Amino acid sequence: MTIHEATLSRRSLLKAGAGLAIGVYIAGGGKAFAQAAPAASGVNIAPNTFLTIDADNTVTVLCKHIEFGQGPLTGMATLVAEELDADWSQMRADHAPSNPALFKNLAFGVQGTGGSSAIANSYEQMRKVGAAARAMLVSAAAEQWKVPALEITVNAGVIRHPSGKEGRFGAFAAAAMRQPAPADPKLKDPSQFKLIGKEGVVKRLDSAIKSNGTAEFTLDINEPDMLTVVIARSPKFGGTVASFDAAAARAVAGVVDVKQVQTGVAVYAKGFWPAKTARDRLKITWDDGKAETRGTPQLLSEFRSLSKTPGKTVRQEGDVEAAVARGGRLIEAEYVFPYLAHAAMEPLNGFIKWEGATASARFGCQFPTPDHAAIAKVLGIGIDKVQLQTILAGGSFGRRAQQTMHVAVELAEVAKAIGPGKAIKLVWTREDDMLGGYYRPFSIHRMRGVVRDGKIEAWSDTIVCQSIMKGSPFEAMSMKDGLDSTAYEGSHEIPYEVANFRCDLHQADVGVPVLWWRSVGHTHTGYAVEAFVDELLEAAGKDPVEGRLALMGRKPRHAGVLRAVAERADWKNAKLAPGRARGVAVVESFNTFVAQVVELSMEKEGPRVHKVWCAVDCGVAVNPDIIRAQIEGGIGFALGHILYAEQPLDAGRPLAANFNTYRSLRIDEMPEVDVTIVASTEKPSGVGEPGVPPLGPAVANAMARLGVGRPRQLPIVRGASA
Amino acid sequence: MAAFTLKINGQNHSVDVDPDTPLLWAIRDGAGLMGTKYGCGVAQCGACTVYLDGQTVRSCALPVSAVGKSEVITIEGLDSKEGKAVQTAWVALDVPQCGYCQSGQIMSAAALLGINPQPTDRDIDLAMNGNICRCATYVRIRAAIHGAAKSLEG
Ligand code: FES
Ligand code: FES
Repeated sequence: MTIHEATLSRRSLLKAGAGLAIGVYIAGGGKAFAQAAPAASGVNIAPNTFLTIDADNTVTVLCKHIEFGQGPLTGMATLVAEELDADWSQMRADHAPSNPALFKNLAFGVQGTGGSSAIANSYEQMRKVGAAARAMLVSAAAEQWKVPALEITVNAGVIRHPSGKEGRFGAFAAAAMRQPAPADPKLKDPSQFKLIGKEGVVKRLDSAIKSNGTAEFTLDINEPDMLTVVIARSPKFGGTVASFDAAAARAVAGVVDVKQVQTGVAVYAKGFWPAKTARDRLKITWDDGKAETRGTPQLLSEFRSLSKTPGKTVRQEGDVEAAVARGGRLIEAEYVFPYLAHAAMEPLNGFIKWEGATASARFGCQFPTPDHAAIAKVLGIGIDKVQLQTILAGGSFGRRAQQTMHVAVELAEVAKAIGPGKAIKLVWTREDDMLGGYYRPFSIHRMRGVVRDGKIEAWSDTIVCQSIMKGSPFEAMSMKDGLDSTAYEGSHEIPYEVANFRCDLHQADVGVPVLWWRSVGHTHTGYAVEAFVDELLEAAGKDPVEGRLALMGRKPRHAGVLRAVAERADWKNAKLAPGRARGVAVVESFNTFVAQVVELSMEKEGPRVHKVWCAVDCGVAVNPDIIRAQIEGGIGFALGHILYAEQPLDAGRPLAANFNTYRSLRIDEMPEVDVTIVASTEKPSGVGEPGVPPLGPAVANAMARLGVGRPRQLPIVRGASA
Repeated sequence: MAAFTLKINGQNHSVDVDPDTPLLWAIRDGAGLMGTKYGCGVAQCGACTVYLDGQTVRSCALPVSAVGKSEVITIEGLDSKEGKAVQTAWVALDVPQCGYCQSGQIMSAAALLGINPQPTDRDIDLAMNGNICRCATYVRIRAAIHGAAKSLEG
């Protein structure tokens, strides 16, 4: 993103006379912002700004990334405030509207949030926004005070000249608008940082509204005459409506209409309860002709046989078969990973109003650019006629970004089916959300390793997994040699030096829609690799930490976090209570390096994890407390799933519909967490996902040290209900 | 449909809904108070926690016809000293991530402190384990409850 574009939009805006907006991208002010008020009520597709300064000195940053807990509202504001030399108390943030020209993710080229990329792609960009605005404020002050700009300082939101003149940002905002935006504003040297990486100075901007009930989520949108829509969808993936009888549904008081849409039969009602009640009374005959009808046991046996034959080679070094032939101890392991639902706390939903020639939509939209185009296409109007505003979402874990844009498409379809002029809130029930597919793929890893004379001589990993990208509009740009890297990332490049290595993949076709799920491929590859290396090191008679370090010669950042966590947990010398054991794992994902040590004991039902130590290297740590929070949450999220979670299929039908059968971690099962952030000057990388992958294998490895073996099929506690 | 008068946060709200409608939807779609959340609809997650005559209830599982003259308090009307202390502690420790579960967490936490001003970790486990947080903010929820308890001591 360049200042050049900025200047253009700034000029056009100046003509429009938007007085108090300043900075790189400009819009009219007057919006309601997080912390000051819950979420914007209007949408604005016109050129918008990353930054506005109000007369009362409030600085508002427009965040191009969706906030669903991982902290970008606070993160973006931190980057701007640092270079602006603002005081943290004057900072606010809100979501940017959909506009890829202004708000694209620099890592993707389109507007969207994912791959733990928010801070990474914005680190320079948002600092430049702050630096440019600072320079413009200083020029304005210099002009007014008739002093050289170089003599002016800015500190904690106050502009000062040695003569004693001083003022705050609001007083100079209008004049700053008339200053040229610097082409390449100078950024601070990290040694001068006052906010980035500092403890205790930056607090989340969204904590207050999320503690008093005023934060507005999509489910909370409540417009006059709004209709709530609940849809009956096929119980099997790929099923379609053959016929339906809506008489009983229409008889429910409050029901306004019933329409067939592509995904099923939609009930429109005044409020959620009549809509859901009527939906449940629809009599629908489904055509399962094209539906997936295999159940989990059948998929398991098919995947298992496939895994016993070589797949397409992803990466190969040396010669695994020759190494096996040379002898030594051959160790084999099969790991099985279930389908997993994201089950974000707020089920899927969306709001739209279609006026015929224009439309406006708002929801917790994770990928605005493709969703925006999808809505326009369904409605048959230009993208420029559709306004799309992202708002707070009650979690996502990947679910709100779909390669098929199916939520946006369905939202537009329900609006289209009933006709223009209606405010529509589409609501998925919890059951709809969990039974609706887009799961973490079901997969198998068949591992083989050879240990000879205390050394790992060979390693092979045959993966059977569905592709997330195949058949989607992103297939061409995201798959290499017909293989989807999300199925093998983390397995094809392991941090350990093994002379004979092979990773191969069977890309299985199943009619169950699958999706990225917090840390994507690493959810299973991290487990397979880290449990297996532990098993091989055990066979080689090596300590899990020392043994790993000895093979990590070319991986200093992996080794760095592993050493840090071992030291923090006192791995070598800690005296454990009887019945307790520790396990370790280290996984890199999204350029962030995370090592974890867990301490657990076994109880009747399964392992109880008492404590987790974690060391993380995410480059420059922008918001240390948010990093800690993401690691704590990632550990809890991971632990709940490896212990209990599975979406089983019975003849193609998913069975776990709610939290009573899809068991979630609860507070009494949450371990103590100790996070060490390893100091680093590398570019910042994300933390939303990387806390997840090491937890599972660290638990497995601790269980092995306790003598109960490494679980090879997840979840660990099978058939658990809440 | 039937008309019900609900006393929510000290105010009377008339809602015209089916008697089977869960209190949650009467609060949200009827009275227009959106702070109380829907997470599961089957009394599993606690996102819908409100007080009925001072007791925590899962409003998704209580038909509006069963409420009668009982007084309902939602997150918008939480003004007890325990409630305020909990909210202050939540902000001080930056407990919320996505925030969606937090109205329910806070209602449960404030109720706990109302009956047990110095809860142990075990007390917290028992009182809070009906509230799921998919973001797993549990470490901070626990710390914030202890923090709020401490702030109420003096
Ligand atoms: S919505 Fe009531 S307990 Fe989940
Ligand atoms: S903060 Fe997201 S579910 Fe609790």
